[in-house]
Amino acid sequence: MLYLRQILAIAGKDLRSELRSKETVNASLSFALVILLLFSFAFDPSAETVREISGGLLWLVFAFAGALVLNRSFAREQPNDCLDALIASPTSGAQLFLGKCLANFVLLMAVEMICVPVFGIFYNVAWTRRIGWLTVVFALGTWALTIIGTMFSALTVNLRLRELMLPILVYPMMIPALMGAIQLTTVLMTGAPPGPENQVWLRLLVGFDIIFTILGVGLVEIVLVG
Amino acid sequence: MREKLIYLFSAIAAVLLAWDLYRVFMVLPDEANQGAIYRIIYFHVPAAMTSLLGFFVAMVCSALYLITRNLRFDSVAAAVTEVGVVFAAVNLVTGSIWGRIIWGIWWTWDARLTSMLVCWLLYAGYLMLRRAIDEPTQRARLSAVLSIFAFVDVIIVWKSIEWWRTQHPGPVLSIRNGGGMAPGMESPLWWNVLAMALVATSLVLLRMRQEGIRREIDALRRYAHAL
Repeated sequence: MLYLRQILAIAGKDLRSELRSKETVNASLSFALVILLLFSFAFDPSAETVREISGGLLWLVFAFAGALVLNRSFAREQPNDCLDALIASPTSGAQLFLGKCLANFVLLMAVEMICVPVFGIFYNVAWTRRIGWLTVVFALGTWALTIIGTMFSALTVNLRLRELMLPILVYPMMIPALMGAIQLTTVLMTGAPPGPENQVWLRLLVGFDIIFTILGVGLVEIVLVG
Repeated sequence: MREKLIYLFSAIAAVLLAWDLYRVFMVLPDEANQGAIYRIIYFHVPAAMTSLLGFFVAMVCSALYLITRNLRFDSVAAAVTEVGVVFAAVNLVTGSIWGRIIWGIWWTWDARLTSMLVCWLLYAGYLMLRRAIDEPTQRARLSAVLSIFAFVDVIIVWKSIEWWRTQHPGPVLSIRNGGGMAPGMESPLWWNVLAMALVATSLVLLRMRQEGIRREIDALRRYAHAL
């Protein structure tokens, strides 16, 4: 019980400071809009093409815009040695990690919740037909991005080349989760049910989430403390 | 002792490679459908095996480093990964040449090609991370964690991209499904696997010696600073 409360305290702290400054969410959201705009130059945005690649487009936006939130999640603790204080506090590294993941997850989902309707309007896609399943897929995919992103944010927090290293490490790592999320989102966007042939992608997403949550929780103490 | 091992392994590898090259180019006939280009398999497949074996060893050594905190495991992991990345590159390049002749294209987004490329990128990232950290124990710690993450990811990538799409020729070796290759054609391949594994081992030993010397220099430099 206390364990959970401490995780929630970390998450609450992160969310509160983000709500007050709105630094990263604003940046992430405007970056997402910029990417959505750029896509319109990359291909002919007719209804047919867009529907076929909608999953890929959306998840690229989420991955790139989400990285802005994720990359800073440990780096923002560096001024005034906040990170050292957090590590010295009675919370374990795993709790710190889970708390930050939770906060990042909420922020990313919020950004996505704004991006998807905007995407629907700009590219004329009716996306609401399978909204229940879509929410599940978004939640699973976002958790995968969050776990990997937060873990590598912790891994690179003390590096001098942090901004350069993160994209190289994070995006190849996310590939299986992105593949599953893209495949499922494209299917759901067309209004079709997920169907038995796509079960395997759902299992992949769930498996990815479970495996990397366990690995992250197990190894983050080593990364942060030594 | 280790120096002698390096010489021994490289000598055996050289003899094996020379003998195999002779057999592959002089003795074996051209393959019925593919012609001369099929010979690239004698380098393509052993390179893939060597690199994947290397990444596995790197993961084990990284885990061992995290358990024992012995820097020797770290230098093994680093050396093995470096050699693994090189052999993965050999695998990608030879595959690409083969594809140009047989498929008419250098690259296709097929399951195995894509997963090998992802694998290569992940471990190239590992090597870059190592270069970005100066402090030896911090470098060992963080890169060990990354190596474990990468290996788990490689397994998932490998499985999942197969569901995505596939065009690569199926397995041809007899261990999987009983003889896709003519009997005389398969044995040089296994000898080449051994030869390449020996080349890789001597490179790893060489790299480890370099790492050891570098650690010694680091220690001496710190000692000099202390004075």
